[in-house]
Amino acid sequence: MNTAYLGMPTFPRAAAGSVRDTRLRANLTHATHTIRDKRAAAVAEIDDWARLRQAGKDIKDRTLRHLDHYLLQTERAVTAAGGQVHWAADADEANRIVADLVRATGEREVVKVKSMATQEIGLNEALAAEGVAAYETDLAELIVQLGEDLPSHILVPAIHRNRGEIRDLFREAMGRWGRPAPDTLTDRPSDLAEAARLHLREKFLRAKVAVSGANFLVAETGTVVVVESEGNGRMCLTLPETLISVVGIEKVVPTWQDLEVFLQLLPRSSTAERMNPYTSMWAGVAEGDGPRAFHLVLLDNGRTATLADQVGRQALRCIRCSACLNVCPVYERAGGHAYGSPYPGPIGAILTPQLRGLQSDVDASLPYASSLCGACYEVCPVAIDIPEVLVHLRERVAEEAAGHRRERAGVRAATWLLDHPAAYAAALRAGARTRRLQPERLRLPGAAGSWSASRDLPRMPAASFRDWWRAHRARPRDARHGEGGPGAPPFREGGEAR
Amino acid sequence: MRVALFVTCVNDALYPETGRAVVRLLERLGVEVDFPAAQTCCGQPQYNTGHRRAAEPLLRRTAAAFAGYDHVVAPSGSCVAMVRDGYPRMGDRARAEGRGDALAAAAAALVPRVRELTEFLVDVLGVTDVGAYYPHTVTYHPSCHGLRTLGLGDRPLRLLRAVRGLTLIELPGAEECCGFGGTFAVKNEAVSVAMGRDKVDHALATGADTLCGADNSCLMHLDGLIRRQDAPVRPLHLAEILAGTKADRRPPR
Repeated sequence: MNTAYLGMPTFPRAAAGSVRDTRLRANLTHATHTIRDKRAAAVAEIDDWARLRQAGKDIKDRTLRHLDHYLLQTERAVTAAGGQVHWAADADEANRIVADLVRATGEREVVKVKSMATQEIGLNEALAAEGVAAYETDLAELIVQLGEDLPSHILVPAIHRNRGEIRDLFREAMGRWGRPAPDTLTDRPSDLAEAARLHLREKFLRAKVAVSGANFLVAETGTVVVVESEGNGRMCLTLPETLISVVGIEKVVPTWQDLEVFLQLLPRSSTAERMNPYTSMWAGVAEGDGPRAFHLVLLDNGRTATLADQVGRQALRCIRCSACLNVCPVYERAGGHAYGSPYPGPIGAILTPQLRGLQSDVDASLPYASSLCGACYEVCPVAIDIPEVLVHLRERVAEEAAGHRRERAGVRAATWLLDHPAAYAAALRAGARTRRLQPERLRLPGAAGSWSASRDLPRMPAASFRDWWRAHRARPRDARHGEGGPGAPPFREGGEAR
Repeated sequence: MRVALFVTCVNDALYPETGRAVVRLLERLGVEVDFPAAQTCCGQPQYNTGHRRAAEPLLRRTAAAFAGYDHVVAPSGSCVAMVRDGYPRMGDRARAEGRGDALAAAAAALVPRVRELTEFLVDVLGVTDVGAYYPHTVTYHPSCHGLRTLGLGDRPLRLLRAVRGLTLIELPGAEECCGFGGTFAVKNEAVSVAMGRDKVDHALATGADTLCGADNSCLMHLDGLIRRQDAPVRPLHLAEILAGTKADRRPPR
């Protein structure tokens, strides 16, 4: 478990805080709406998007079914290309492997390409504990690192910050890490990018070791693929002498032909680009070009357990495009930090509790961090039915978590009532009889309180539908001929308005 | 044609006017409607909160209550989505758990006959002009389950456009969730309310006097917010607009 996220509050509590942060809300709404609109336009350009999406889903499903085979094929190919493969069962093992590899080089610093896998395992913190400094080179990751902050989006880790905040941060913090930002720095994007470029260039030219993740692993040739937009990743992949790639085992695709599908699905879904700006691919080491040593750390960390769940395993199809975050109304209001994980948003709500397990309160709260509106499923380029997995995981939480004992009892009572129509009708009648006594705006205890804090309670009608039907309709058609519209006595219409 | 009204528990208990409107509307269109009193709730609240096994008796009850009808019509996209999406999944899971095919068979028998109201009007009856009159400005919120799970498309809008006297105004951000989400409304109150307030703000920005929807559960959440802030817009179920005619003694509420 990543120590950076320890002690986080559960999703409802964290989200209640971020909902009140008006600047955060404004930043997120602006950013997510911009990306989602662009994405919709980029996807609409392609006639066969639905078929591409189906192909992406099918390739991933087939690969996951035979994952052992493709991973062994990858290992053979990487080794044949002069690389070395390491298998890591969990975060601790992966961190230890990487730390040992860095220590063996004698270096005390590494440059990093943006990598979700190393965030997942908390590699930067683990390296720091070994006296090794890890420098993030992705612009947004740099912003997060300078601010001693946590990423809040898969693709745009600093989405919660606006330009003014970033300018202030650069001026204040860059000097502590290396080349300082000029005092005259403005919040123009080109100025901010130039300051970051000069700051990072020092790191690129000095570093002997780089750490990357990967978007894909092509099993047939052992090729690692990194897809990025800034070119900073390519610097990390080309200049250092030693390259260590930490890659989740689900990233493998069998062939280059399979890769073709994902290189179409990913850029349009994530950045709304037709083609990705920097797509770097390498296999092992090459004489006179790039790193002299290449290590591939294959990371399990809960993935095999996820694969064993027939409904939940579809989360492993994820290609980390973040389209689901950008359309999610819950993410937009709660912000990425509320999910207590490097994987926020709808995909995080199903991936994190599967990778980490449902034991902690934070992880048990994540499957409920959704209104099940389905927008995430609609945009997912590999058709992960996120609402289906959310409901499935809720079932596991409801059965496993101690905190749900009272809820289970309440649900059982409700089901009994609903399975006995006479008792149900009597309960509705009791509700109707006491309607005058029912408050609309009082602060009520329990679940009703969560409703009534900000919303009026619904007004009870004078009679349920079934009582009206019994009194007025369950008679032969002739007998009610001439009956007026709604509202015939004894059920007056007044007072039944919402 | 034997048609049963699947009124849904929210309408039965809190919004009987919507059920009455469906009856009135369908009878005006020549459909004889029955209401099997053995129906209660589809089990969606249990299922979506993670209590799948607790929802199973309600699947059995719902399927049995509507056996023998050609069509089952519900004024709720959410409950129809539960039947169409959730029931087969519950059946499959029961089978996978070695508990036989009975649940799957009950689901399979019910699913093809259940229609959301606008599906029934447009696809089965083949009407878009139902002879309604509603002299108001209206904006329409398409609830998520109707929009995405059922794919209702423009059926509700086509029905509304044919209503005499009605001015339809497009709702900004219409396809965004209102934040109800069943138990989400209480389990994640803060986010739910933030989403609902944005929806209400969008509705108010249209200047429409009526916020129309086809799911009273979503409208209940929005109405709770609207009444708390005394906002000048009235939530109203689509069926109640479609049921009203000029010949009525008074326009529908």
